[in-house]
Amino acid sequence: MLANFDFDVIRRSLGYLFFDGMTFTLMLTGLATVGGIIWGTLIAMMRLSGVWGLPRIAQLYVDLMRSLPLVLVIFWFYFLVPYIGQWLTGASRPVRVGAFESSLLTFTLFEAAYYAEIMRAGIQSISRGQPAAASALGLTYWQTMRYVVLPQAFRNMLPVLLTQTIVLFQDTSLVYVLSITDFLGAASKVAQRDGRLVEMYLFAALVYFVISSIASFGVRRLQARIAIVR
Amino acid sequence: MNYHWNWHIFFEPSPNGTGTYLDMLLSGLMVTIVTSLAAWVIALATGAIVGVMRTLPSKPANLFGFCYVEFFRNMPLLVQLFLWFFVLPELLPHAWGLWLKQLPNAPFYTAAIGTGLFMSARVAEQTRAGINSLPRGQRMAATALGLRTAQVYRYVLLPIAVRIVLPPLTSEFLSTIKNTSVALTIGLIELTAAARAMQEFSFQVFEAFTAATVLYLLINIVVVIVMHFVERSVAIPGYISGK
Repeated sequence: MLANFDFDVIRRSLGYLFFDGMTFTLMLTGLATVGGIIWGTLIAMMRLSGVWGLPRIAQLYVDLMRSLPLVLVIFWFYFLVPYIGQWLTGASRPVRVGAFESSLLTFTLFEAAYYAEIMRAGIQSISRGQPAAASALGLTYWQTMRYVVLPQAFRNMLPVLLTQTIVLFQDTSLVYVLSITDFLGAASKVAQRDGRLVEMYLFAALVYFVISSIASFGVRRLQARIAIVR
Repeated sequence: MNYHWNWHIFFEPSPNGTGTYLDMLLSGLMVTIVTSLAAWVIALATGAIVGVMRTLPSKPANLFGFCYVEFFRNMPLLVQLFLWFFVLPELLPHAWGLWLKQLPNAPFYTAAIGTGLFMSARVAEQTRAGINSLPRGQRMAATALGLRTAQVYRYVLLPIAVRIVLPPLTSEFLSTIKNTSVALTIGLIELTAAARAMQEFSFQVFEAFTAATVLYLLINIVVVIVMHFVERSVAIPGYISGK
């Protein structure tokens, strides 16, 4: 069973797995989180705004993204982005877009729908008296958001946002369908080259498990600390 | 945009010889539906049991439930499917592994069980939250009446908890449907895979993905409408979800 388990193949490929693979995974997770939260917050603000049509558009965006599987969205953007690039730059052919840029755009736009729902709950958790008081002080809408509402909404929703980021971290493994060398992609390439599927996939599972477990443990501690303050 | 749209492509015969491209997509849709229903049955059954275990007074049951949920929640679904599909047959005794590898429809069984177990951790968390959301007095009163633990759950806690967790479970079911698309990596020809195959054969990328998108939206709408009626009929008057 595990008698011919080859630890050496893991040791030999550690550099490739972590420098090529994990760097891609973590970069994608980090940038998509930042982009997703910013774009998601804007969508949540649109959703809650009184401007005609904006809430409808925001809701449509969120509902659409949330009813499609991520794999399908990854394919959509992979094929669509070159055409959007062509349209934006006015080039005569579809623009070549790198694997990283394409998946970064996909994950930012996709996860923004989930972050938007979280931020909407966060904004709605602020009592109505606060924006009312802010505008009585003469703050504009943007100032009210920037100095009063959003800081509190972020703080209240931080554990949920971070949990969603752990989900995002796991979801990035799906770039495998585009044969991109993320952590799982790297493990899979070594596995197929050396015929060591058992070792590589078990190791990849272990790494994902350890990182996600530590992260969710941290989120739980954070939640406990924030809960007392509130 | 110099993309050549051709919406008639759906009615042209597909190269796999089983009919038109539309037939190909629809058979993918069927696979998606059947796989997600099978996965959902597994997720509900195991998830409910594990969720109840996490609320039991017994320490070992609690610990088991905790480990179960952490195990299935902290690995990407794709990795879990690979473990079931590529790794499990190698770790089993040789004869069993061989039998597993030669199983017809192996991608389907793997997808149903793998997605089912992945989702069961989430169902367990919802079940636990539902049971824990009940007032403490209910369990205490039931115990004071002389009910044993099994009876407390059977007659007092579960009948209410089921009605409370039903709305959050709807979105878990929708996730299950979406998650079956990950199984295209182990060769299951479900809706996304069918659209991808159509794109590769016909080069009509956007028609294929538009059709898949519309079909996914339709599934979502049907599930949401059906569950809306179910939720309304089981809602507890006066409770958060009740009207």
